[in-house]
Amino acid sequence: MPLSALEVSALELSLRVALVSVIGSLPFGLAAAWLLARCRFPGKSLVDGLVHLPLVLPPVVVGYALLVLFGRRGVVGAWLYDSFGITLAFDWKGAALASAVMAFPLLVRAIRLSLEAVDRRLEAAARTLGAGRLRVFLTVTIPLTAPGLLTGAILAFARSVGEFGATITFVSNIPEATQTLPLALYSLIQQPGGEAAAMRLTVIAVAVALLALLLSELLARRIARRIAGAA
Amino acid sequence: MIEVDIEKRLGSFELAAQFATPAAGITAIFGRSGSGKTSVVNALAGLLRPDRGTIKVGDEILFSSEAGIDRPPEQRRLGYVFQDSLIFPHYSVHGNLRYGMKRGPAVDPALSFDAVVELLRLEPLLERRTRDLSGGEKQRVAIGRALLAAPRLLLMDEPLASLDLAHRAEILPFIEQLRDRMRMPIVYVSHAMEEIVRLADTLVLMSEGRVAAVGPVEELSSRLDLRPLTGRFEAGAVIRASVAGNDLVFGLSELAFPGGRLRVPHLGLPLGTPVRARIRARDVSLALAPPPGISILNVFAGRIVEIAEDSGPMVDVRLDIGTAQRPVPLWARITRRSTHELALAVGKPVYALVKSVALDRMSFSPYDPVPLQDRG
Repeated sequence: MPLSALEVSALELSLRVALVSVIGSLPFGLAAAWLLARCRFPGKSLVDGLVHLPLVLPPVVVGYALLVLFGRRGVVGAWLYDSFGITLAFDWKGAALASAVMAFPLLVRAIRLSLEAVDRRLEAAARTLGAGRLRVFLTVTIPLTAPGLLTGAILAFARSVGEFGATITFVSNIPEATQTLPLALYSLIQQPGGEAAAMRLTVIAVAVALLALLLSELLARRIARRIAGAA
Repeated sequence: MIEVDIEKRLGSFELAAQFATPAAGITAIFGRSGSGKTSVVNALAGLLRPDRGTIKVGDEILFSSEAGIDRPPEQRRLGYVFQDSLIFPHYSVHGNLRYGMKRGPAVDPALSFDAVVELLRLEPLLERRTRDLSGGEKQRVAIGRALLAAPRLLLMDEPLASLDLAHRAEILPFIEQLRDRMRMPIVYVSHAMEEIVRLADTLVLMSEGRVAAVGPVEELSSRLDLRPLTGRFEAGAVIRASVAGNDLVFGLSELAFPGGRLRVPHLGLPLGTPVRARIRARDVSLALAPPPGISILNVFAGRIVEIAEDSGPMVDVRLDIGTAQRPVPLWARITRRSTHELALAVGKPVYALVKSVALDRMSFSPYDPVPLQDRG
């Protein structure tokens, strides 16, 4: 059962969008989690609320806000285009941005929980052994936060693959440009006689999801073994 | 020298510690829990920032609020052994040991990887997983890890407190080795007087965030006014002596101190080995005349220096059994009734009867870099 051109492009686009959104948002997610877990500053609840906003807002609202901000004539969008020639609206990179924003709360939450669970005295011990802040961060904090980073990345990836509302609002539903798997499925359902093709896409979606879950489970086990004091 | 003069407010607790001790041998910081011991050590290590004050080790100022100096922990070169070892779970034993090592050959050959592994007998642990280590083994790895970072001073915060008795006995000799073989200066926090008497040279006594007294262990542990802090149950005297004879027929060792000889069960130590004997007040009885026909081997003539009497049934009597030049304090715990029946008073000559069986091996520690005469 070879995949049709539309299926291949939708699948490939979905994976690319999800991967780029996760990799791109990881540093920001880690920074936000660090800020929320380790720092005390005025307006922290506000930052906390902002980070979690995409979780409670209708995705369409997020998509529209992105369009206003990052559209060709948006504040940020115009600057990006003028300075770097980058267009996000109606482009797969915009889909990645929309996915990243929607998945951000999940990513930050998982990393933050993991960061808070790190015994800070281990970091203190590392410093008395002569390690500066950066080395402590890289050799103690990050390895011990690895389970949270992984969980967060997987959640964010899953959320990205399934992203629909913000994506269709921000970058529309353009075949082979912004038509990810869910969008393609949506289009097929709208067409008369598209049921068989829709079913095929559904099966593909389920297979991809299962594979991803399996992989992450394997990875999680390996990491858990490592930080539990294996050789 | 280690010079500490710091103030720090922690919630409702106020730390105002000031002391200076030689950066040699073991300095013990003793006090009840909540007296601020750990805060002092954390301030030394750079993990707790004082509100005001100065911290100096050797010639180097590590912290000074006036001069605006606050060296970060990684630049202080002070090793730190924590109460619960804090082994990195994501590294192997090997990785833990190597964490603080500098590249290149060790500056001090005594602190090379092989020397430290040998000293702490870490060889069989190197390939083990850290989660399979026992508490005592973890603490040995933690000590090795701290040593391999080549510190100028080792801080130990109740390193035995989270271990059971058997494991404590396993670790203690290693700490003695650090002191005697490595000559590593150590600041040792503890609330167990037995450990301190066995290990330490200088005692910093802390109470409610303040330093109540600083001085040689022998002196402070037998001072009456500090007894509420050093603990009533452990009341006793510490005597500095050296092995003067071994009686193999009866299995006894003789320990010479200014003013007499103490006979104890055979120690298996060579002649001349300096040791420290702790004699608990409850193991000492008093008599007005040398008693004839008695099984107790150790009888010393002395004079009463002080009588600590309160309304309780027991009285602690402080004696001097040394010479005119070198007084040697000894405590006796007797009943208040005996005190009155014998008409004991300050200045009165008495005989102290010490049960030699009360002196166990644990109370002795081979000791020490400073000759006896040089100590106040």
